[in-house]
Amino acid sequence: MTVTTIDTAPAAIPTGVARGRGGGGPAPTRIVVAYGFWIFILSDIVMFSALFAAYAVLSGNTAGGPSGRELFNLRNVFIETLCLLFSSYTCGLGMLSAERRQAGHFLIFAALTFGLGAAFLLIEISEFAGMVSRGAGPSRSAFLSSFFSLVGTHGAHVTAGLVWLVYMVGQVLAKGLRAAVLRRLACFSLFWHALDIVWIGVMTLVYLMGAP
Amino acid sequence: MDGSARLFGDRPPGVEQQESTANFLSYTVGLGLAILATIGSFVVSQTDLLWAPGIPVGLVVLAFAQIGVHLVFFLHLGSGPDNTNNILALAFGVFIVFLVIGGSCWIIANLHANMMAMPAQMLH
Repeated sequence: MTVTTIDTAPAAIPTGVARGRGGGGPAPTRIVVAYGFWIFILSDIVMFSALFAAYAVLSGNTAGGPSGRELFNLRNVFIETLCLLFSSYTCGLGMLSAERRQAGHFLIFAALTFGLGAAFLLIEISEFAGMVSRGAGPSRSAFLSSFFSLVGTHGAHVTAGLVWLVYMVGQVLAKGLRAAVLRRLACFSLFWHALDIVWIGVMTLVYLMGAP
Repeated sequence: MDGSARLFGDRPPGVEQQESTANFLSYTVGLGLAILATIGSFVVSQTDLLWAPGIPVGLVVLAFAQIGVHLVFFLHLGSGPDNTNNILALAFGVFIVFLVIGGSCWIIANLHANMMAMPAQMLH
């Protein structure tokens, strides 16, 4: 009796249609996991928006100290941008090889992604160190406080991404490219691409508009 | 039991169904477009290609173009049914981001305009 009542209504829905709108049964785990992580990334971007707002408001308040025009080196910024862009590209190609279960290709692309991310981080750290040694540290002015919090938070995210990438390579080596590992890799690649999107904002608002 | 097997097309819920819109070509096209937008941003900001007061507008337009390229070619945010929820969440996120950044700039500019001129010794 109970079986028939459960069975009547949903059987009319054709299979494979309208997934993602609640019809046709639950979405695959791959889709659900990516959706959950996408919500996290959006909340992270909302946090960045507060730092962007602080920078936009405070960027003119140099308190007699150096302004962005005197501090920023656009050649370095261009190299940093290309590093992140190409690391996004190699990260995407790494995901493709992982989906095709080509572990060797995946490891090569992961190494390239790590190298480009680390190069970005080294340029950024040397830029920060140079500014601090010239007396333009985060305590100098409101402009520099907001600059270091915004760009530094992005750099901290890149650092976390590099640690995560090493951890994922360890998982691939230890467990192989099984479904659960592939889902974690998909989350990592979402994170890495999102960092590149945040960098577009940093590059445009902080560097290009700040050093005309 | 028999009903649910029919409902999911002999596929238990949660089991992977391998299909991916990503391929080598889409990543490469995305990389090319993103590099073009980046070079465009640097050219616009460093040369007088654009009328000077229009440079920030040009930079913002190029930044949004590049973000769009990243979303479509790298994050594969398309119009497929699997992406409906992702797009809705993105729309909400963009709404909040504009509220936070636009609202802050608006309010602080207003406060700044209404502020009394401060004597020089109060700044230190």
